[in-house]
Amino acid sequence: DYSPFLGIEKGAVLQEARVFNDPQLDARRCSQVITKLLYLLNQGETFTKAEATGVFFAVTKLFQSRDIGLRRMVYLMIKEISPSADEVIIVTSSLMKDMNSRTDMYRANAIRVLCRITDGTLLTQIERYLKQAIVDKNPVVASAALVSGIHLLQTNPEIVKRWSNEVQEAVQSKAALVQFHALGLLHQIRQNDRLAVSKLVTSLTKGAVRSPLAQCLLIRYTSQVIRESGVNNQTGDRPFYDYLENCLRHKAEMVIFEAARAITELTNVTTRELTPAITVLQLFLSSSKPVLRFAAVRTLNKVAMTHPMAVTNCNIDMESLISDQNRSIATLAITTLLKTGNESSVDRLMKQITNFMSDIADEFKIVVVEAIRSLCLKFPLKYRSLMNFLSNILREEGGFEYKKAIVDSIVILIRDIPDAKEGGLLHLCEFIEDCEFTYLSTQILHFLGNEGPKTSDPSKYIRYIYNRVILENATVRASAVSTLAKFGAMVDSLKPRIFVLLRRCLFDNDDEVRDRATLYLNTLGDGSVAETDKEVKEFLFGPLDIPLKNMETSLKNYIQDPLEEPFDINSVPKEVKSQPLAEKKASGKKPTGLGAPPAAPASAADAYEKLLSSIPEFAAFGKLFKSSAPVELTEAETEYAVNVVKHIFDSHVVFQYNCTNTIPEQLLENVTVIVDASEAEEFSEVGTKPLRSLPYDTPAQTFVAFEKPEGVPAAGKFSNVLRFTVKEVDTSTGEPEDDGVEDEYQLEDFEVVAADYILKVGVSNFKNAWESMVPETERVDEYGLGPRESLAEAVNAVINLLGMQPCEGTEVVQSNSRSHTCLLSGVYIGNVKVLVRLSFGIDGAKEVAMKLAVRSEDVSVSDAIHEIVASG
Amino acid sequence: ACPTIKNILLLDSEGKRVAVKYYSDDWPTNNAKLAFEKSIFTKTQKTNARNEAEITMLENSIIVYKFVQDLHFFVTGGDDENELILATVLQGFFDAVTLLLRNNVDQREALENLDLILLCLDEIVDG
Repeated sequence: DYSPFLGIEKGAVLQEARVFNDPQLDARRCSQVITKLLYLLNQGETFTKAEATGVFFAVTKLFQSRDIGLRRMVYLMIKEISPSADEVIIVTSSLMKDMNSRTDMYRANAIRVLCRITDGTLLTQIERYLKQAIVDKNPVVASAALVSGIHLLQTNPEIVKRWSNEVQEAVQSKAALVQFHALGLLHQIRQNDRLAVSKLVTSLTKGAVRSPLAQCLLIRYTSQVIRESGVNNQTGDRPFYDYLENCLRHKAEMVIFEAARAITELTNVTTRELTPAITVLQLFLSSSKPVLRFAAVRTLNKVAMTHPMAVTNCNIDMESLISDQNRSIATLAITTLLKTGNESSVDRLMKQITNFMSDIADEFKIVVVEAIRSLCLKFPLKYRSLMNFLSNILREEGGFEYKKAIVDSIVILIRDIPDAKEGGLLHLCEFIEDCEFTYLSTQILHFLGNEGPKTSDPSKYIRYIYNRVILENATVRASAVSTLAKFGAMVDSLKPRIFVLLRRCLFDNDDEVRDRATLYLNTLGDGSVAETDKEVKEFLFGPLDIPLKNMETSLKNYIQDPLEEPFDINSVPKEVKSQPLAEKKASGKKPTGLGAPPAAPASAADAYEKLLSSIPEFAAFGKLFKSSAPVELTEAETEYAVNVVKHIFDSHVVFQYNCTNTIPEQLLENVTVIVDASEAEEFSEVGTKPLRSLPYDTPAQTFVAFEKPEGVPAAGKFSNVLRFTVKEVDTSTGEPEDDGVEDEYQLEDFEVVAADYILKVGVSNFKNAWESMVPETERVDEYGLGPRESLAEAVNAVINLLGMQPCEGTEVVQSNSRSHTCLLSGVYIGNVKVLVRLSFGIDGAKEVAMKLAVRSEDVSVSDAIHEIVASG
Repeated sequence: ACPTIKNILLLDSEGKRVAVKYYSDDWPTNNAKLAFEKSIFTKTQKTNARNEAEITMLENSIIVYKFVQDLHFFVTGGDDENELILATVLQGFFDAVTLLLRNNVDQREALENLDLILLCLDEIVDG
């Protein structure tokens, strides 16, 4: 393939650039060299700072030539090189001369270059010329200045704002593009002044706007004004709506489209307002130009999300777009139809889509699948044909993501449309007979295990499941065994047959398969038709509410340090920690974190436990229930940084004060914290562990322990004073003096609150967990939370007050929402599981009302939760 | 609110650069830019954009494009931009290049007259 740049090499070209220094410049040759340099840069070649500077200086020599073509290349080159501030000075005078040249081309481009490379001081020097240029007769010059102004507004707004008058004048220019640029700049200058923008819009919508681009700008500014002024309810019509509607009849298509789009994006737009816009968009749907069809169908797609009825007139045109060459257009058309279709058109639509699906790529197919899912949920009675459709495409060729999307959709339909369950499960069974993705097979088998036993005739699924045990790979076989066991556990009549099948699994090649079969055979009873023990069901199939990471860590610790007793699963901390297990501090290493506990900043509960149990005074307190996050007791940048971690036990609390000494000239000894618990009546101090030595920049701890009533979430406020002996240290030798002085340092107060007694433990399926709790433990009550900043703020406040873990993403409140439901779970002291359902509502006066429903394993805990909210 | 262009690309029949200009920070490194060029080229390769300008979406951007001989013209904007304005820019660029290359719009002519193409790009979008 021929190219004039074949074999081009940066070094050689830089050498060639020496011709710039010639006293007799060969303009053509110089132009060629610049082109080569620009080519290199364009291809991604980089210049070192030295090379760039070298080229820049050489290029500046070219100002001596009068050749116009060369001068333009010089302008390009300067912009590409982007000289630094001190280099710019070299060309400033040349460029300023060009800015006043008689040659319009020089004036315009010199302005653009100058404004690109300039700084504030230079700008004030040339400001005068720029203002003149804005109103220059030559439109190229005027536009150059205006466009530069738009850029400069970002960096030197005060200067550009002084040009308002000239820019105003330019807005009236007869040259279309000048008007466009001037309007853009004027709006930018005034955009924070609502009134000014409004006046601008008012005057221009009446006047003559010459260029389509300027009209588009005006439409956008008009929309902004409409948005900010709100609908005028008295007159019924929006201000400026007439102007927008008028633009729908403009000559230029871009203006028509901009106006139509603007109308569809009006807040709370009515069907009456939409109609003319949609009519126009409908015409575009049958244009010969793909860009128009695309723009129209994309806009209608958005409208269909909120006003499907308004778009139904376009359905016929849309249907013909299904076969559009441009697949983006086709997909948009289909997804729009899926939103606007009514129940009777669903069948016809499905037929058309079936042909369409084979033509498009996976990424489009997934979009369509999701749209079909929404459609089915909208018209649940149509589930049969939609489910058939999904099942059919599931059988065809497709990638993993696509098939997963289909399976997810079928699962959702099964869950939400009770009539669809039996058919849906059968479709899934047929699918796993021929599924190439292990992940999908196992997911489906798991799902079958949950849903199948609840159907009217579970036995019909057994054949499909058992076939997996015979035919598939080990992972799927193991999953199938578990599923069979679930059927056996939940459906007593099937037990004998399931046992027969499970016994066959004992001969499988794979360990896991055999292990599972053995487990189930030994726990599910004796194979007779008898009810499975509830505890067995819970053990085998109940959810594991312990974070796997913590389980792994605990198991690792256990293996390293095996005790006599078997591993106790209850000893695994349930709190979800964001950091991995803490490293042991290397001896002699000085960590620099202020007040950091001995291990990494947020150490796992394990590390705390080990630490506390290694201290004999505290070892007798029993199992550590919860450790709080560190609470700072000093401000930043103080001499001594202290934070406290509150450790909660059944009948005790231990405060661990992490201290850091930031003064190199001091060594602290015998450091303790004097705690005043006069505002914490239920607590009594039972012990302290002083810190013998606290040298510079080495965090260490001192502890104070309190006794409290057992099992009660006692609360209280604690005041603290750090007491120590301070010795001066000679920083050159590191040696402390022999004598020290006693001193004290006031710390901030902290509190122990109810939330400290609850562990944040999530549950994966809140609904199941809620139903598995005894209804008798439920306590419901309503509370008025008074006026609040926002619904989200109120929700967060309650979540923090209770200190429980939000589940299933319910801590996120949709903006503009008037109501919200939040699901929380946690473990209360005494190892009691607690679940909370909160319903919030906010009215126009921002008063928030809340309904609190609590279920737990112990009814007194439910009461306690209400106590916390009532007093919080 | 002012319409903005993210990039203008002129690629050859193998997707390699003839002349490109980027006007936004969406692709901060040269590698990111090359990756984008490869994506858009591959995505549009099999389509027919020789009569009317075609349009597609990629990574939250809208791209309008046109092919002539062995040259591929692309103009990219944000996904909330007016597609017809983008198409106008594309047509402007295309028409200008056609004039400059005196109707011989192909890769060889473009490379021989790269200076004109670069000047043309410089005059279409200031940035």
